[in-house]
Amino acid sequence: MREERGGGGRGGRDKDKKDGKGGEAPRRGGFFRRRRVCKFCAEKIDYINYKDVRLLAPFLPERGKIQPRRISGTCALHQRKLQVAIKRARQLALIPYVTD
Amino acid sequence: MSTSRQYELVYIVTPEASEQDVTDLHTQVEQIIERLKGTLDKTENWGRRKLAYEIGKHREGTYVVETITGSGELMKEIDRRLRVSDAVIRHLVVRVDEELRVADRTRSARQTATARRRVARGLPPERQPGEGRGDADQNDDMDGPEVTR
Repeated sequence: MREERGGGGRGGRDKDKKDGKGGEAPRRGGFFRRRRVCKFCAEKIDYINYKDVRLLAPFLPERGKIQPRRISGTCALHQRKLQVAIKRARQLALIPYVTD
Repeated sequence: MSTSRQYELVYIVTPEASEQDVTDLHTQVEQIIERLKGTLDKTENWGRRKLAYEIGKHREGTYVVETITGSGELMKEIDRRLRVSDAVIRHLVVRVDEELRVADRTRSARQTATARRRVARGLPPERQPGEGRGDADQNDDMDGPEVTR
């Protein structure tokens, strides 16, 4: 009995922590947004290659700005690396600085 | 003796340059590397590619990627030469050895951690074929970044 309660409590706490870290908390007022996972963590990409345009493209909305973390769901570590990779790719005219 | 580091050099040659000009430029780079005791690890010619924006008056260019091991002085010299060259419209030198080492370390750390966890669960350390979600995991649409506006 006691064991069961202890186990349940731990499970609950773990879940809360995960929600706060990874995705957006469920919104009040009905709809839930899908919890976003960092693409690079999920696919275990350790090195974000600046020459790989296909890898970087999903993080560049039409205007060519770097998509913020709160939208893409990328973790802080990978967002930082992604940012460097995007800036290098821009220098090499692989991706635009701006698109009008 | 200066320390040896790995660099990546990418340069874009004008679309007006002929194949011969591109190879000439490559041999020039090779000669500098040789003179300053570096090694050329890899060369990749991407061929003509459209630029994402105009550089000068050009809309496309020939991309060449070279992986070089050598000293900072060597890269400095190459950088200087490419800057002076009229045929090269853009170039970039990036030091890659540290980044690759970090990536290697995280990969091996993850692999050992996975192996340890698997052994702790009484499984063989490597993932067996047909185990888990398998190929369905590869193109799971849920993994992509979500765009919501």
